[in-house]
Amino acid sequence: MTTIQLVHLAHARSGDKGDTANVGVIAYRPEDYDLLRERLTSERVKAHFGVMVQGAVERFELPNLGALNFLLHGALGGGGTMSLMNDAQGKVFSTGLLRMEIEVPDDVAAACRGRGRVPEGWSPEQYGVSG
Amino acid sequence: MSDRKDVVKVASGQGFWGDDLEAPVRQVQGGPIDYLMLDYLAEVTMSILQKQRARDPGAGFARDFVPLMERIFPACIECGVRVVTNAGGVNPVGCAEALVEAGRAAGVSGRAKVGLVTGDDLMDRLDGLLADGHELAHMETGMPLVEIRDQVQSANAYIGAEPIVRALELGADVVVTGRSTDTALTYGPLIHEFGWAADDHDRVAAGVVAGHINECGAQCTGGNCLIDWWNIEGMGSVGFPIVEVSADGSFVVTKHLGSGGRVTRASVSEQIVYEMGDPSTYITPDVIADFTSIHLDDLGNDRVRVHGVKGRARTDFLKVSIAYAGGWKATGTLTYSWPDAGAKALAADRILRERLDRLGLVFDEIRTELVGWDSTHGALVGPPPADVPEVQLRVGVRGADRAAVDRFTREIAPLVLTGPPSVTGFAGGRPRVQEIMAYWPALIRREAVESHLVVDVREV
Repeated sequence: MTTIQLVHLAHARSGDKGDTANVGVIAYRPEDYDLLRERLTSERVKAHFGVMVQGAVERFELPNLGALNFLLHGALGGGGTMSLMNDAQGKVFSTGLLRMEIEVPDDVAAACRGRGRVPEGWSPEQYGVSG
Repeated sequence: MSDRKDVVKVASGQGFWGDDLEAPVRQVQGGPIDYLMLDYLAEVTMSILQKQRARDPGAGFARDFVPLMERIFPACIECGVRVVTNAGGVNPVGCAEALVEAGRAAGVSGRAKVGLVTGDDLMDRLDGLLADGHELAHMETGMPLVEIRDQVQSANAYIGAEPIVRALELGADVVVTGRSTDTALTYGPLIHEFGWAADDHDRVAAGVVAGHINECGAQCTGGNCLIDWWNIEGMGSVGFPIVEVSADGSFVVTKHLGSGGRVTRASVSEQIVYEMGDPSTYITPDVIADFTSIHLDDLGNDRVRVHGVKGRARTDFLKVSIAYAGGWKATGTLTYSWPDAGAKALAADRILRERLDRLGLVFDEIRTELVGWDSTHGALVGPPPADVPEVQLRVGVRGADRAAVDRFTREIAPLVLTGPPSVTGFAGGRPRVQEIMAYWPALIRREAVESHLVVDVREV
């Protein structure tokens, strides 16, 4: 087993509904979905965010998409125009979750190495340039 | 029926109020489409529009929509592209009137019809509804609305496809609604074109999924896409999504040929999970869609096929979006530099709080964040390292007492000469006091709203 950051195993997107943030996590490779399910329990996610999530964490499964959806209740300082947070609409809870460290089999760690991060030598000048 | 199309193309032109102003123009000019849907509303947007209407009774709709239509109205009429939008916000009548004027200015008089959907606005009926036993309890806390009745500024029911379909049947070239659900702007035209029955749950649910993918504009075609984002090409002229829907409800997500961005299984998956609750129970006014039933096939060349969607019968309720005056807030910022930038910012925060305390100011919340360090990932990142080059101290307060919030805004600038050193970034002046329009989601029995929906078609 090797410890890696979740960012190498999955991508994610988050949004808001009132004071609840949602984070959808999608395995890069369909074959890693079961591993994702096993590692990313609601309890684990709740513990990861700690004081940032005042309420419960709920988890839902979307096996067809290789995805899990988490609801983080009481995460947005009241939500909407009430919130004083820079991220009042929970847009970057996604990458916050991808900071999590998880244990994966060595071959998975090897296959995921470097994934999810900008490759070395890449420059922002290259972003969105037509090929 | 023989005159029905095999495939109906619904293009997305706006994902929120403030989105790329050129995108709808590119959608109309970039190739053949049947419908252009423009989604302007979010929970926060309704509150903002309500604040604008409170200051000016003629305001309260997405104003960008009117000059946009003045630009594209002739092309839409000539190419047979029909527009469906919730730009009406909290003032759809004002929006439709401005649209008719814009159509005349654009030279489509006598050739165009505007459909106006009203009846979602419950504000004038609110006391009657409460008296009739509609509690409008907060969906999360269960608190009944009477507790804050005096603070309510607006109340709008989320309405579905039925009035949009009726407007299209009456020949409307542009349909303007108030708080239509975002997804109905896409599946309303599909129900109209294919004649799907209300109890054809799977097909209507497929339309809901198409609507969910469309409703955030380029967020499914490469925008805000996390996977492999650095390799996505042509983002300077990113293509907005187009759903090409067949009568059986299956559809292909794509974008105009030659436009930038990317449509892949991954880009579409990211949008599907966006703002998702329980995916097996995605509730809309017309059907409950099961997002766990979605199958995606990546066909290559920026085409993703979506099929297999299941749905079940709608509920007896509609959701209501209520905005209420929730007090006042303000946020002030100052920038601290190396060395020990984080320590300086937090020390400034400490004396600021001491002064607020000594002044006897009472707030419901004071929140401190360090932009450049923890304002996105909070406690996950711990305290800033001593050598962080700079941080921006960001302090916000909120409370019921406007005077207290106003006094807070005068306590930021003094820190420049009365607090920790190496501070700058105060040239923007005093922070602005903002009124909070808080959001109160509730449910209402659908017949209480549906009996009041009115569809009106006007000649330009």
